[in-house]
Amino acid sequence: MAVSRVRVPGSPSIEIEELVRADRVHRLVYTDPEIFAAEMVKVFGQTWVYCAHDSEIPDPNDFRTGYLGLRPIIVCRERDGRVAVLFNRCTHRAATVCRLERGNAKSFQCPYHGWTFRNDGELIGVPWPDAYGEDFRRTELNLGRVPRVESYRGFIFATLNEDAPPLLDHLGPAAQLLDQWLDRTPAGTVTVRSAANRMVYRGNWKLAYDNAGDGYHPAFSHRSLLRLGERFGDSKDMVYFGRSPDEGPMYAQDLGNGHTFIDQRPSYDGVGSYWAQQRLQPGREAFEEHIRARYGADADRLLDLAVGGQMNINIFPNLLVIGNQIQVIEPMAVDRTQLTWHATTVDGLPDEINTLRMRTQEDFPSFGEPDDQANFEEAQRGLGVPEVEWVMMHRGLGVEGREKTDEAGVVTGPVTDEHPMRGYFREWTRLMSR
Amino acid sequence: MTPATPSSPFAEPEMSESSATVARARDREDTDRWSYYLDPDFYRHLADVARSWSDDWPPADPLVRSECEAVLAREARLIDEARFNEWLELFTDRCLYWVPITPGGGDPRTEVSHSFDDRRRMTDRVYWLRTGLAFCQIPQSRTRRMITNVEVLDEPSGDRRRVRSNFVVHEFRAGVARSYPGWYGHLLERHDGDWRIAVKQVNLLDSEHGHENLTIIF
Ligand code: FES
Ligand SMILES: [Fe+2]
Repeated sequence: MAVSRVRVPGSPSIEIEELVRADRVHRLVYTDPEIFAAEMVKVFGQTWVYCAHDSEIPDPNDFRTGYLGLRPIIVCRERDGRVAVLFNRCTHRAATVCRLERGNAKSFQCPYHGWTFRNDGELIGVPWPDAYGEDFRRTELNLGRVPRVESYRGFIFATLNEDAPPLLDHLGPAAQLLDQWLDRTPAGTVTVRSAANRMVYRGNWKLAYDNAGDGYHPAFSHRSLLRLGERFGDSKDMVYFGRSPDEGPMYAQDLGNGHTFIDQRPSYDGVGSYWAQQRLQPGREAFEEHIRARYGADADRLLDLAVGGQMNINIFPNLLVIGNQIQVIEPMAVDRTQLTWHATTVDGLPDEINTLRMRTQEDFPSFGEPDDQANFEEAQRGLGVPEVEWVMMHRGLGVEGREKTDEAGVVTGPVTDEHPMRGYFREWTRLMSR
Repeated sequence: MTPATPSSPFAEPEMSESSATVARARDREDTDRWSYYLDPDFYRHLADVARSWSDDWPPADPLVRSECEAVLAREARLIDEARFNEWLELFTDRCLYWVPITPGGGDPRTEVSHSFDDRRRMTDRVYWLRTGLAFCQIPQSRTRRMITNVEVLDEPSGDRRRVRSNFVVHEFRAGVARSYPGWYGHLLERHDGDWRIAVKQVNLLDSEHGHENLTIIF
């Protein structure tokens, strides 16, 4: 896809590298349809992209449909337990062969003219094959299969890039953070079968990724939520973002390869504090009383698991692990994005804790995320001003004593600094310039 | 309008009494403040209520039906006129306002909903809209809703009525008009001679699909 140069009205065309500078990015990165089309090929086609969670397709022949960028895909559990990621695109005349969100099937028959494909992609039947001469079973007519699929502790990723490094190398330090997020649970895993909030906004997909590593915004964008948390006097969840957040113990990181991280855990103190800080869920007191009566000394540890892990782990380009949710960024158009918040339960916990998890996971999509998405939409509107070209992301840059880089290249800084954005845009530029 | 940014965005919260005092003073029946009633039994009861919406009911007495229609029309008007505090007063002390994601309701014990609000959370929702800081509601949505196909199952012995209806909620906000079709299930209970809402289940036709700024009250 040729977009190494972009025409800017009133100026000569500029290189993709010119659109991303150390301290700023150009508005076209968020508004230009050609750049968006290139991203779907060069970013969503050339790096590891999160596709599904193991627990969504637990049994042989289970499948789930989704997208790899804009490509419709089917994620299939094969008989031997391996996962195949197929293009949901009939090799005859392009119709999708599977139109359900999930299910169980050994094969898919295209509803248009009836070509049939096994769930590993192989074309196994066409109606009245005589018309195709000797052999309809040509491998070129199998469903397109994404060449590399790997998973890490239940998170299934795929990439079209045959030369991509192994997933674990690509995740780098993010893998240990996923470990910490998962190891809160008794069996070290979560289950993704609890419905999802699908929230669509009229803005570029990167506005969501910018925001995921942004500890500057909560004090302002989430004022309604914070006010709600103070409704009964004591302050709740996230208030520490509101008062001099840089003086507290939280931090933000650029983990490399585009991944970013915000750690809110240092604002919590010991067993029971996660539970104590959470805004008041429906049924909170009834369920807490029950858990305390039944589990005694274990109650605080269990109740903490009804609340999020206070880690925001952002795996570039589309996976955001936040709270107890697995959030996926789904680009739809240059100025349209769906954020899907998959809720999770945990096997091995009392049912009451899982029910409380549901009520906790309804809180932020109701009272937090809508305000962010309103700001994303208004940012997209603001980006329509051609005369003001730049989006600034230089908070903390070059300011003495704010950011530190360790031997692994991880940059750690105050939670309101914009090094996470600067970090992922380096990866974006690398992928887009190839 | 977005308020100007003060140097410290947060006034210090008013301090509450010490938690020990509060715990002693807890009035479990004060359901605006405490949520003891939404317990596992409530969920079981709710499953029965949700199942009953798909039963066939005999035609209701026209008088009974028109009484119920009046309750729905009044509720609709209070929401559409943003009279949310009065809207809250239409509900019982142990109520539920439920907007499922899974079509038909699913199992709220193991699935998230758009809203699964006990009385306190409904009050939260109104409080949140009224903070003047919910940017997704600046400017505020205007809504108007149409309610039709009202059917009623009268249960005089329990002082209860089940009401099923279809709706379209029209919303206009920030230059964008949207419509939300679906059906309601209302469980009404008589308290001190008035019909109040014990359960309101809002079933959006496209409940599990993508929505933009789903922040209105249905
Ligand atoms: S398009 Fe699939 S069989 Fe023709
Ligand atoms: Fe946010």
